[in-house]
Amino acid sequence: MKNAGFLFAAYSATWIIHGSYLASLVRRFGRLRQQLKELEKGK
Amino acid sequence: MKRLFPILSILTAIFLAYALNQALRVAPTDALQGDVYRIIYYHVPSAWTAFLLFFINFIASVEYLVNAKPSSRTAAKWIVIAIGVVGVIATFLPQVQALLPTGMRPSAVATTVLAIPAFYFLVGWLFPGEKLDVLAVTSAEVGVVFCTIVLVTGPIWARPVWGIWWAPGDIRLTSTLVLWLIYVSYLALRRFSNSAQTQMMAAALAVFGALDVPLVYFSIWFFRTQHPQPVIGGGGSMDPRMLHTLLSSWMAFLCFAFLVAWSRFRLELLQREVEQAHAMTSLAGAGVSAKASLPLNRSAR
Repeated sequence: MKNAGFLFAAYSATWIIHGSYLASLVRRFGRLRQQLKELEKGK
Repeated sequence: MKRLFPILSILTAIFLAYALNQALRVAPTDALQGDVYRIIYYHVPSAWTAFLLFFINFIASVEYLVNAKPSSRTAAKWIVIAIGVVGVIATFLPQVQALLPTGMRPSAVATTVLAIPAFYFLVGWLFPGEKLDVLAVTSAEVGVVFCTIVLVTGPIWARPVWGIWWAPGDIRLTSTLVLWLIYVSYLALRRFSNSAQTQMMAAALAVFGALDVPLVYFSIWFFRTQHPQPVIGGGGSMDPRMLHTLLSSWMAFLCFAFLVAWSRFRLELLQREVEQAHAMTSLAGAGVSAKASLPLNRSAR
């Protein structure tokens, strides 16, 4: 495969960006659930 | 709906794997570019998905703005219907057809024009009230992710094919970068502004920002650019296996975008629920009688 490095870089970059975004969503979900639990405890 | 999510996730993963196999093994090698052209199967579907998400953001923002007043809401409905009817009739008039770029089919233009009222009424029906604003921020954020992929994979493809990473002054590239900057500004405004008018201001910015989408799309039709002509609808031809792979990749990315947007939508609902609960706690702490209620969808948890 000629220029396979560029092809691999583009495909990898795509999934790194998607993976990073999904990880940020999971982190934000976790933080909000924690806050909600604390609020329910405080009632 | 929550039970459906894992099933759709598995189906989407299978679809993405199928699209990847098509892209790397089934689609033939390009005679001029060699295998590096296969970047098209990620670059173009990401661009189309970003455009669709920004279009949804535009529709949701317009509806959010016009819903502020009942009179403007009624007027907007009739304007949207008029756009659909007049737009479809106009595309079949010879005078208008003469203005269309070479290779652009009037039926394609008519379908796009019809999509405006269709999306408008569908979005208004599925996302009433504040959920329009939730949809707007969701589609903008996921759209920015896909637009980022376009801006990253584009230069990686350009380097071996054009010999340069970026063509300064090229209208397609510059307008795409501007589009990305507009929606990043939109998200920054929503993130850092605490004003009661933030949602309205963001919706207004989104309406003007969306004007850049047609500029990006049509720039390669109306201007001489380094960027190649459109692969579909541009009058050119494409190997059927390449076209099948491209459309499969787009469908797979659309399914993936739908799932990501769905998650982001639930996250936004949960965030508003937490903010509301914080506000209620503060009011209760201040001695104000407030019945702690969570008006937004509890299923967001």
